[in-house]
Amino acid sequence: MTEVPEHLRKRAEEARAKAAAAKAGAAGSDAPSEELSAEQQEAASKIPAHLLERSKAAKAKAGGDDSDGGGTAVATAPAAPAATGGAPLPTGPGGHTQRLLTVVKSGSIQDVKGLPQDKVHTWPHLLVVEFAAALFITAFTTIFSIFVNAPLLELANFNETPNPSKAPWYFLGLQELLTMFHPMVAGVTIPGIALIILVMAPYIDRNPSKKPEDRKFAISLMTMHLMFWSVLVMIGSFFRGPGFNFVFPWEAGLFFEL
Amino acid sequence: MAKTDDEVQKPLPQRMQDQMSQLGDQIQGSQAWTSIFRPGSIFRKGYTDSPRNRSYVIMNSVLYHLHPVKVKRHAVKVSYTLCLGGLSFFLFILLTVTGIFLMFFYRPTAAAAWDDIYTLQTSVTFGLLVRNMHRWAAHLMVLTVFLHMARVFYHGAYKPPREFNWVIGVMLLQLTLLLSFTGYLLPWDQLALWAVTVGTNMMGFTPVFGDQVRFVLLGGVEIGTDTLLRWYVLHVLLLPFVAVIFMAIHFWRVRKDGGISGPL
Repeated sequence: MTEVPEHLRKRAEEARAKAAAAKAGAAGSDAPSEELSAEQQEAASKIPAHLLERSKAAKAKAGGDDSDGGGTAVATAPAAPAATGGAPLPTGPGGHTQRLLTVVKSGSIQDVKGLPQDKVHTWPHLLVVEFAAALFITAFTTIFSIFVNAPLLELANFNETPNPSKAPWYFLGLQELLTMFHPMVAGVTIPGIALIILVMAPYIDRNPSKKPEDRKFAISLMTMHLMFWSVLVMIGSFFRGPGFNFVFPWEAGLFFEL
Repeated sequence: MAKTDDEVQKPLPQRMQDQMSQLGDQIQGSQAWTSIFRPGSIFRKGYTDSPRNRSYVIMNSVLYHLHPVKVKRHAVKVSYTLCLGGLSFFLFILLTVTGIFLMFFYRPTAAAAWDDIYTLQTSVTFGLLVRNMHRWAAHLMVLTVFLHMARVFYHGAYKPPREFNWVIGVMLLQLTLLLSFTGYLLPWDQLALWAVTVGTNMMGFTPVFGDQVRFVLLGGVEIGTDTLLRWYVLHVLLLPFVAVIFMAIHFWRVRKDGGISGPL
């Protein structure tokens, strides 16, 4: 049988003793059957009638022996005495067969981590958007490719250096730095440090908030960083002419191939 | 006799429609069809739009490797992600498809490379179009990956528990740049040669082993046919292979870290 906690057992014993004392007092004047009905009347306000009926039927089946009506009905179903035949039916004061011992709130045993979230089905809500995006980018690339041809200059010639010689556009920021610093600083140190800081960003930025108003420093730093490279790339792409000298594209023309 | 009368009375289009739907039922009921499309597939017979089937569409298909059955409502808002990560992935697929096409017509030697590209543009059906697509999609992918990174930063989506996925993402950004840069040399024209010369000269200034780095990258002391072969293998095999592995980890971590980051 299930183990009953010490304080509950104590409480149950007290209740049993109290019930026995009351019965001993009542036994002198009243018959047991009348006592039972009095008990039921007292309980009627709390227990639904059909449950009382069922309980009475079970008691009758079990032999009507209700002399030790203790309060230890922790897990005793009304049907159990019927199965065992002559076993006594434990009934609490007022005819209860079950009793609320304690209410365990969900947070105290299970650690509830996540609150319920507003979710939608991936199909169709997300997949349709993704499919549209894939179609869009494919269509855009195809149509753009119909009208604009990729450059193919003359065969590579080691003896003829084009003026200016430019790296691919995403490296033009670095090439721009080359005009200002020693190659080791411009080509390795500055991009290396920038890259390491970028990789380490989540470990450097310990601010837990995602709200823009709480992250003014991080946002301004990143914006300056992105702007730094964007401006350098644009200068390198559009404002550098022969000899990698500074020119205005609307005066000297465009020296830029994708 | 009544049955044949019915058939005669039906107009021809009606009869054809009946036959078509009967044929459709037969195909959809065949063993081959049901073995291909698992329960819940929208192509299965009697697909109805129910919550259960909506779950099955993902759960019973290969898409389950990429997406959970349900996502946060704000995650499907285009205004939040601008679909930049997804677009980068689509462009990668587009580049793979067009790249495989280009590989059929290209030999990575100094003697043949430029001529192959020229022939591809002038005498191969759709050759010019596919080469253009490959070129523009590559530039576009550098742009979308860069913008994706900016978007993630401004949303603070790199914060715990997503720190490591940010690191993977920065690796993917570098891989994208390297993929684009190695592809730049392959046409073997003046643009390719001198752009790569500028780039590799810069790498030669790596402290301590600058000369060794340059030698390994070029496959010699200066750019030549060995460089072309080396960069070709990097471009079509090694870098895409590494990128796919990193992408798999990247996508997996998106789900393991609780889906895309929440609203600000």
